[in-house]
Amino acid sequence: MKRVYVNEEWCLGCRLCEYNCAFANSGLSDMVLALKDKPVFPRIHVEGDEKITYAVSCRHCEDPVCVKSCIAGALSKENGVIKADPDRCVGCLTCVLVCPYGALAPGENGVMLKCELCLENSCGEPACVKGCPNRAIVYEERGETA
Amino acid sequence: MGVEFLYPEYEVIRSTDRCIACRVCERQCANEVHSYSAERGAMISDESKCVNCQRCVSLCPTRALKIVRSDCVLKANANWSNDTIREIYKQANSGGVLLSSMGNPKSMPVYWDRILINASQVTNPPIDPLREPMETRVFLGKKPDRMTRSPDGRLVCDLPPQLELSMPVMFSAMSYGSISYNAHASLARAATELGTYYNTGEGGLHEDFYKYGAHTVVQVASGRFGVHEDYLEAGAAIEIKMGQGAKPGIGGHLPGTKIVGDVSRTRMIPEGSDAISPAPHHDIYSIEDLRQLVYSLKEATEYKKPIIVKVAAVHNIAAIASGIARSGADIIAIDGFRGGTGAAPTRIRDNVGIPIELALASVDRRLRDEGIRNNVSLVVGGSVRSSADVVKAVALGADACYVATAAVLALGCHLCRTCQTGKCNWGIATQRPDLVKRLNPDIGSERLVNLMTAWRREIMELMGGMGINSIEALRGNRLMLRGVGLNEKELEILGISHAGE
Repeated sequence: MKRVYVNEEWCLGCRLCEYNCAFANSGLSDMVLALKDKPVFPRIHVEGDEKITYAVSCRHCEDPVCVKSCIAGALSKENGVIKADPDRCVGCLTCVLVCPYGALAPGENGVMLKCELCLENSCGEPACVKGCPNRAIVYEERGETA
Repeated sequence: MGVEFLYPEYEVIRSTDRCIACRVCERQCANEVHSYSAERGAMISDESKCVNCQRCVSLCPTRALKIVRSDCVLKANANWSNDTIREIYKQANSGGVLLSSMGNPKSMPVYWDRILINASQVTNPPIDPLREPMETRVFLGKKPDRMTRSPDGRLVCDLPPQLELSMPVMFSAMSYGSISYNAHASLARAATELGTYYNTGEGGLHEDFYKYGAHTVVQVASGRFGVHEDYLEAGAAIEIKMGQGAKPGIGGHLPGTKIVGDVSRTRMIPEGSDAISPAPHHDIYSIEDLRQLVYSLKEATEYKKPIIVKVAAVHNIAAIASGIARSGADIIAIDGFRGGTGAAPTRIRDNVGIPIELALASVDRRLRDEGIRNNVSLVVGGSVRSSADVVKAVALGADACYVATAAVLALGCHLCRTCQTGKCNWGIATQRPDLVKRLNPDIGSERLVNLMTAWRREIMELMGGMGINSIEALRGNRLMLRGVGLNEKELEILGISHAGE
């Protein structure tokens, strides 16, 4: 399955991915309208220090512990993509606790937001990948992982 | 220090309607122009630090930024321009020699733009490069004057060593140190993929790039930095750098701050020491001395590699080239006064040397007149900006062109001309690891290959229009060129007729 991968050697820590992500998932067609003067809730987060930075987003694990642990049944796996159902999420943060990658974070109203590979939003392909200025984030097939 | 009199040259115009305060501009500016003011809840800028490299403009996701030249200028004066006055202020502030980067930006004549190319009509049909084979390959090196046969009648095919180029363009010298590891990686990979060559400049060859040796020209310059046996063996050709178009008559100076880690190892000098290339080669004071170095290098590499001698285009270039052609060199590279640099004294860059178009035309004619044109191939650089410039250069007599400014532009350079600060926001002219990583060689090499592929297509179109199907048939074919708006003397030197003639 194609996944989003980060080549930390080329990540500049510019955080454009975070803004492109938040915009792609805003449902709006104007980035300014979507993000200006508002708190931003991206589904990808740049982490690191002064020496190295990398963007973290959901790995879409083969055997996802978040799905197993979700007490509300809000997380599910469809065609390999782990999806979150905001209507079911109760904001208990168990998934945040169990995710070994730290890939999940709550959104504005406390329900979980997670990367769904932009397959169903306005971008249609991962916005973080499309907008990365240094090709540090790629969307490709690399074989299955745990 | 009191008032410096230097009002910022640029203004950072930020559309507050569009700015989403994502702070990408702040993170990407090595000059620290942008910052976020929590008190104001908005981005602010210190335009006095801006060099107009446009990194922030290019990365701003909402296109909220533009950099404009400040219209706060001094009273108009046709003699004392704003730039001239600013230079006076700078020197009065610092007492130093003015430094500049990249090529001469002054409004001197660009002869390429006053030369027009011919096309076939009616009596001599043009060729469609999409339907007919077209040859853009060139071979650089000494060519035999005549065919010879062995006693049993067979053709003697022993040629002196040649460089084979898929198109008449190579990437010219930029040292590892003046430009980054990733810039070199991009050039090396692109040259290999394109079937042409890049040039190490005077900084040695990083051990990671020996694998691209078959597409590398290794340079030996006055400082001899990074020169050792394996280095000479690694390259496809060896270039002796006598001069550079941007700074004829002076050497080089890479500040110690750039001599870090691998740069120091590759140059074979201690970390933090300034790399000073002397103005002359201290062992070369005549053509005979040059001949000794040419043959030392040939001897060291068993006569398997062509030797290039690179000189800056200066007043007596034809006589100089004639001497070089007799020195045993296989290729002469001439660098015009608009050639780029990572740092040069401004006065030298802007006032020394001559245009490459005139130098090329007079060298080609001189070598032909003296019957030694086949002794050497001619490569010209110093602002070859497009495929049309390449075609004009070939028609004026060049075997190939050297491009570097066009190559760094392809890598992202925005010609802000502040390479000397070492804070290149595009990851090209810098050694700061956080900036170097901004140039991903996967992207860089791809862009260079794209650029050269596009030029090659255009060269074929231009050749086809002239009814020429081989670049070799265009070389020195000055009948294919006409001048516009040039005086008699200029036309005479260029060896071309005026348009309409």
